[in-house]
This record gives sequence, structure tokens and C-alpha cells, in this order.
Amino acid sequence: MSTSLQQGLAAMIDKIDAPIASFFNSCVHCGMCADACLFYTETGDPKYTPIHKLEPLRKVWYREFTLEGRLLKMFGLAKAPTDAELVEWETLIYDSCTLCGRCSMVCPVGNDIVYMVRKVREGMVASGHAPAGLKEATVRSIEIGSPMGVTADTLRAQIKHAAKDTGLDIPLDKAGVDYLLLMSSAEIMQFPEFMGAAAQIFHQAGVSWTLSSTAYEATNSGMQIGSSELAAVLVKRIVDAAEKLKVKTVISPECGHAYTALRWEGPNLVGRPFTFKVKHILEVLDELRAEGKLRTEGLETERMTFHDPCQLVRRGGVHDQPRNLLRMVAPDYVEMEDAGNMNWCCGGGGGVSANERAEPLRIKVFSRKKKQLDKIGVSAMVTACSNCRNMLEEGLEHNHMDIKVLSLTELIAEHLAK
Amino acid sequence: MSDDKTLAETLAQRGISRRSFLKFCASIASLMAMPPAMAVEMAEKLAAARRQSVVYLSFQECTGCLESLTRSHSPKLEDLIFDAISLDYQETLVACAGHFAEHILKEAIEKNDGKFILMVDGSIPLKDGGIYSTIAGRTNLDILEWVAPHAAAVIAVGSCAAFGGIPKANPNPTGAVAVSDIIKDKPIINVPGCPPIPVVITGVIAHYLTMGTIPDLDELGRPKVFFGDSIHDRCYRRPFYDQGKFAKSFDDEGARNGWCLFELGCKGPTTHNACATTKWNGGVSFPIESGHGCLGCSEPDFWDAGSFYTALSAPTKDVANWAAIGVAAGAAIGVAAGIANRSTKTETKRTRKPLTVDDLKGKPKS
Amino acid sequence: MNIFDILQWARGTGLQIAVVIFSVGVLIRLLEMWMLNRKPDLAEPRASGTLGGWRTVFTRSAPSMVLMKKAGLLLVSGYIFHLGFFIVLFFFAPHIRLFHNMFGVSWPALPNGIIEIITILSIGALFALLAHRIMNPVQRFLSTFQDYFVWLASLLPLLTGYLLLHTSDFSYSQMLTAHLLSVELLLVIFPFTKLMHAFTTFFSRWYTGAMAARKGVTV
Repeated sequence: MSTSLQQGLAAMIDKIDAPIASFFNSCVHCGMCADACLFYTETGDPKYTPIHKLEPLRKVWYREFTLEGRLLKMFGLAKAPTDAELVEWETLIYDSCTLCGRCSMVCPVGNDIVYMVRKVREGMVASGHAPAGLKEATVRSIEIGSPMGVTADTLRAQIKHAAKDTGLDIPLDKAGVDYLLLMSSAEIMQFPEFMGAAAQIFHQAGVSWTLSSTAYEATNSGMQIGSSELAAVLVKRIVDAAEKLKVKTVISPECGHAYTALRWEGPNLVGRPFTFKVKHILEVLDELRAEGKLRTEGLETERMTFHDPCQLVRRGGVHDQPRNLLRMVAPDYVEMEDAGNMNWCCGGGGGVSANERAEPLRIKVFSRKKKQLDKIGVSAMVTACSNCRNMLEEGLEHNHMDIKVLSLTELIAEHLAK
Repeated sequence: MSDDKTLAETLAQRGISRRSFLKFCASIASLMAMPPAMAVEMAEKLAAARRQSVVYLSFQECTGCLESLTRSHSPKLEDLIFDAISLDYQETLVACAGHFAEHILKEAIEKNDGKFILMVDGSIPLKDGGIYSTIAGRTNLDILEWVAPHAAAVIAVGSCAAFGGIPKANPNPTGAVAVSDIIKDKPIINVPGCPPIPVVITGVIAHYLTMGTIPDLDELGRPKVFFGDSIHDRCYRRPFYDQGKFAKSFDDEGARNGWCLFELGCKGPTTHNACATTKWNGGVSFPIESGHGCLGCSEPDFWDAGSFYTALSAPTKDVANWAAIGVAAGAAIGVAAGIANRSTKTETKRTRKPLTVDDLKGKPKS
Repeated sequence: MNIFDILQWARGTGLQIAVVIFSVGVLIRLLEMWMLNRKPDLAEPRASGTLGGWRTVFTRSAPSMVLMKKAGLLLVSGYIFHLGFFIVLFFFAPHIRLFHNMFGVSWPALPNGIIEIITILSIGALFALLAHRIMNPVQRFLSTFQDYFVWLASLLPLLTGYLLLHTSDFSYSQMLTAHLLSVELLLVIFPFTKLMHAFTTFFSRWYTGAMAARKGVTV
């Protein structure tokens, strides 16, 4: 079989639930969500208004799930979205939405708009209208094990490097430990220091942990492209490994959407509660700090700020932990305007970074982050998502801004008390 | 009964001074919103006027209108004006009876053909050939269709003649209609009220006598000078309405303080009449002043406009039970729609093919 | 058929028809929505979703300070209109009489003078909202015929109600008829337009608040 408009519409029908019906019933076209969306604020183009991006889903809801819509449909008056419409909407749904969820925070009638964008992607991908970059990343994730094509062998090579650099044993497939640490491909390929940093912290804290050769990849392209079925395949790998190794907790690494995919969507995707806990690395570090197992020395002299990854803060509930940790090592730490739950997205979340077509737009809307940064004048920005890190570095470079982008875990590891 | 004396002569004969006649004219002029100078002109014209022939037909009515017009506690000018016109035929007041009376009517019509004013009191039953009200074997319809073509103008006295009134009230067993439903080619002045205010009748006649025309009428055929304002507009309790001070029952503090009777069903806001300015019983009082809301008797179908004690803002029919029925019906249809929605989802879920990684490799089918 | 007949129809049969369409429509809309259900959330929650849902039902009524800078006019006008409409609907003495007559409950009214000021403010706010809808590129882009129609249908009861308090130039009967008919129009279109948000916004807020609260996020 293959994708088709029919499959796409069926996927939308399948995903429409009471909240979505309530959201469409409630929208009064006030347009306030536009002001919350960086794609609108930075371009001024009304087509980027978040609720407008959901027009195909609204049509399906009205036609299939309202009495008037059903009656109008009988007389051919309530039209389903056409293939051409879905083509047109593809860029709105995938290129100009990072699933950041800022719109859901401001909607006066309380609509969770991004919840609907996530669902409309189910229909877009089933109808064949997903960006090539995301499709390829998803295929690689399913077939090779990582969106960047990272294999278990690549992982083993990196483990060797990290073990050599830190002089610590980096366990692989060790059963019965407390923590199973996942990685994102970016961390394996671009930010290899992360693995060593984690090893040093766990060593100091004296907790047992492991990596897995079958479930090393934390990211979930299936969720980003919007396919619950494919997302479930990827989550299942982690669940299997965690249960086989009998770990107590699976740690989601410095990645935003990986956390959402595993922590919040994961049990729903595989259809049962997990037998282990899922925590973000920052949650684990903050717990260790609270237990006194995380001790640092020395302080940063630079003026720093923290960039909240969307999926961690407003879509994940990890807000206080990074601040507690940052205060340990960076006394001159300042908050950006709108920091925390209303922070602005790096511009590359929700699969936008894997979508080459979206790059010019993504670079353009970085101006929002620039405005935030210009107001506080910092020389370093700390974050806890390797995708954000990539996007921020690109954006800063494009704008010729001399600000370092740091990983919070790595920063803490540098300050570990000897 | 008609004679050739002028009104001035008749009044002088009855001992009414010119001064009190002028006063009367001034009050009529002011009532009719004429400039003060008009009072003198009116007095002169009225005084010089020959007695106007009037034929007064009583149909399906209660004689309340006539009572109102003729029974005053003390002789007043308006009664005298009434006397001063030549009431050539009025079934109740006519001295003779039987064929003589009918003869007088015929004579009055012939003598003043095209000049007399026809006053009609009561509605006209049409059902079953109009048999529900007959005089001397003739139906009201028959009489009206015979007399009206000879009149100069018709004054429909009281709400029955003007709008059908109480005989027309639901279920209207006699098929009662208003004069204007039958007579289409004569000027008709409606002076509704149950009963109408005497001075309003005399005012209309005075206008006709002095101006030779009928006054400006509103869309319901009522003289605007008397029916232009609502009771509410002219009510002395209006300030309480504006302040939101309402009597909630007929014996509460608000009622004792003379607050607005809107909530007790007063129809003043939708009723156009002069009660609040001319008042009744020689200017003594009017219903609201005596503590009861206006019934709206000078408006069409006032008897069917819901309870006299239901506030204007409240529905005249049962709404709560219909709302309950609506909720029940809505719940039933809603549950059915909900079940249909669920089956749409179940069916789609059942037939829909899960997405596989191969689907991402192929080109979409259109 | 004169104005008096139309008034009687509007006070009786018309109101019955409108109320039936309103109640049937609203019930259908709510049930067909609510019965779509949600899948149970299997992820281990950080906090109670139910409580969080209720919290958001209330907190989302507070003005968003983030948007106050960007869309101050829209927010302020929105508040004035919604509060004004609510106060006028429920605290004008004749309206209370209507509810008392239908449902047997009543409560104290506000003086007409205050109601009048609030009515004027609400009408002003509605015009400000229309101006915003026409001038603001996003709102103009989003707006459909329904948005303008609902705007008009919301304005008419306020406008005719205001004129009803000032009957010097208009006949009370005509204005009362117009007022009742405009209210009936509002009731009739209510279930089939975005006016439904008056009910569903509380569901929306609850769902959004509950989903966020389970994640430990206050929205």
C-alpha cells in the first residue's frame, strides 16, 4: 500500500477527539495566537497564524463530527480538504511550526493549538505530504536505528573515545543498573563530550548506569513527522531494552522532543504504562544535587543565560531543575525576557531542523531569539537540548553574534568537585 | 333634533361664560399641542360652528364607552360640547323606540348625507352571517355598510370598534372585526381605550369642527396628539423606572413608596394613550396613580397580550417547559449524534491501514 | 400584522421557538463533542490533571500579560464587552424579571443608570473589536462572514436594549419588538456559530489545563 488523500483523511478522523472538537467549537478568530508564534511575529505574514494552520483538520471535524456538517455533507456542501489543499498546508504544518506550544499558552478560550498540530501531522504524513528530510530521517531511524544513521558500532567507537578521555569505565548493556542513559545522534556525532560528562557525574555520584546497544537513540522522528505507528516502533525499542536490562529509570538526554516522545507520549504509543521511570537528564542531576551527590567547585565568571527548550519547559514541566543547577556554577546568570514557560523557540524544533526546505525561514525567524539576547547582553547561553544547541549556534553565526552555546550537563561536569 | 343655533348660543343658553369656554379651548389646544394663539382661533371657530350632526351606532359592545362619555360626576364642558353637537341617533339615548328610532336614523342619514360624523362603538361580528348582533333584524355589518358610505368621516370609539377589542379576544367566537376591517373608503379615526378618555373624543370632534379636517393619525389610525406618547413616557413614576426601583408586589415597601409597577405587569411602555396627562374622573387620577399597572387597553388585542400581571420583559407563553423539552430532545439527538461520531471513528480505525516505513519511501497516490 | 402582533409573537411563540432551537442545538453540540472522548493518558502524571483543569478554567480568564503589550486594545475591549454583556444580561431588573418568570429565581438588580453606562461601554467595545478585526492583518485574514455576522448579532440586542431605555425618538413597542427579535436571533444562531465558545471554552480550558497539569506545567 501507499499513502493517499483517503489515508490522510482517515488518519485525521481517527485522531479527532473531544478536546479537538472543543477547541474548534471555541475558536473565535481573535488572532491572539499569531502574536505568540515566532513565525508570525518575525515575518508579519498572517498565514502563519497558528489556528489557520489547522484549517484542513477543522474541515474534517466539521464534516464528520458535527450534525450540521454531516447534513451539509449529504448535500455535498461540506467539502473535505483536497489533495491540493494538503500540499499547500504542508509547509504551514511542517516548516512553520516547531510544535513549541507557545500559542497554547495564550489562547483566551484555552485551546491547546499545538496539540492539534501534532494530530494534523498524522493526516499529512498518511496522505504523503511530509517533508522529504523528515521522511528520510524517519526511514533511517526505523531501518538503521538513528535519524543521522548512527549505528551501534558508531556508538561503541564513541564509548572507547569517551572512556579514554575520562579514564572511566563506560558500561554498555549492563543489566540491573539504576539508570539507562539514552543519547541523541547529535550527542553521539557532534557533541561527544556529553557522554564523558555524564560518565563523570554518575561516577562522582556513585550511581550505577549503562548505555544500550539496541536502544541508544533517544530521538523520535516518527513523532516529529506525526506518525503514531512509527513513533511507537521507536519507543518500543527503548521499552524492550529497559525491561531486558531491568533498569529502574531511563534517562532522556539533552534533547527536547525525545523527552516528550518517551516520557509523555511513550506509554500511550505502546499502549501500556511503563515498568520503569523516565526522567530527563536535568531531573536526574537535580535529584543528585538535592541528595548532595552532586558537588561542584569553581564558578563561571561569564554572564550567562539559560534557553528553555520548549519540549522541556512548557510541554514537559522541567522548569526549576536547570535553574537550580545553573546557580551552582554560574553566579552571573540572568534570565531572558519571556524565559521559562513563555520562552521563544530556537526555531528548529518539531522536525523543522531535519527539513532542509524550511531552513531559510528558520534562519529568518531566529531574529526573535536575537531580540531576546540583545536585551540582556550575555556571552554564553546554556541549554539542555542538542537540537536547540545546533539551531542556536547556526543562528548566532548567521547573525554574527559572539555568544557561546553550552550544554548544562557538560558545564556541570566541568565543575565537578575533584 | 338638529337646530340652527351656533355652539356659542347653545352654551350661553346653558349659562357657560365665554371665559370658561376659552379656558376649555385653551386646554384642548394644549392637549393637541397647538400653539397658544390657536386657542382663541379655535374658540371663535367653535363658537361660530353649527351643531355638527353625529350618528352614533352601537354594535357588539358593553356600553362602557358611552358610559364614559356621558356619565360624569359633575356637568363638565366636554359633556356640554357633547350636548352641543347634534347627536341625531344613538340607540341607547334616543327617546323613542322601535320603528320610530329606525326612522330617525334613516332621516338623519338623508338630511346630512355626506356631512355627518359617524361614531361607531363596538365590534362587528362576521361569523355565521353576522347573526350574533342584530338590531331590528339587521346585522351590524348590514347597518354599517348602509350608513358608513353616507358619512363624512368615521370615529371608531373604543377598542372594540377600533381593533375588535374584547369580542375579538381569543377564540373570537363571533368572528368580531374592527370598523376599519370593513370600511375602506372613508377616513376612520380610531379612539381606542376600554373605555376611551372622554376629553379625547371631544378633542377629536373639536378638531374636526375647527379645522374641518381629521387630525394626524398614527399607523394604527389614532390621533397622534393623544396617542403619540406612551403612558410610560408621561408617567409620574418614570423616574423610579430609570432608577431601577420597582414594586415587587402590590403591598410591599416599593408599592407603598409609589415605585414603578413595571415588574407587576404594567403595560405603560407599550401603551399609547393620554391617561397619564389628562387622567380620569375630571383629572383626579389614572390607574397607575391608584397603584395598579396599565392594562394596555388602547392597544390592539390587549386582552390576549398575556397576563396583566406579567412584566413586559417576561414571556407571555410558557418558555421554561419548552426549554426543558428542548434540553431533553437535544440530549436524545446529541447522544445519537455522539454514537454516530463514535461509529465513524471505530469504522475508520478498523479500515485504516497503519503507516509503515515503506509508505514514506513511495510517492503518494492521488 | 401590526407591530403589536409582532411584539406578542416575539414575547410568546417566537421566544419559545428560539429557546427550543437554542437548547436542542447546544445540547447536540456539547454531546457530539463530549462523546468523542479522549484516550486515557497512560503516562505517569506529575500532578492531578483534574485539579489542573479546573485551575485553568479560572486562570485563563485573567488577562495574558504577555499579550497585553501586543494586543492591548483587543484584550481590554474583549474584557469590557464580555463583562458588560454578562452584567447587562443578568443584572438589569427587567431581565431578572424574565428569569424569575421562567425559572422562579431572582436576585438584586443594578440601577438602570449603571446598566446604561455599561451598555454604552459594551457597544463601544464591540465597535473597537470590529475596528480591530478590520484593521489588524491577522484578524482580517482569519475573519469569515460568520465573524461579522456574529458581531452584528451580538451588537443588536445591546443597541436595541439601549434605545429601549431612551424611547423619546422610538416607540417602545417597536424597540421592544426589535430587542426581543434580536435576542431570539442570537439564541437561534448560537449553537451553529462560534458563539458556542460561551460553553465550550470551559471544556477547552479544562482539557488544556488537565493535559498540562499532568506534565507539571501550569497554563
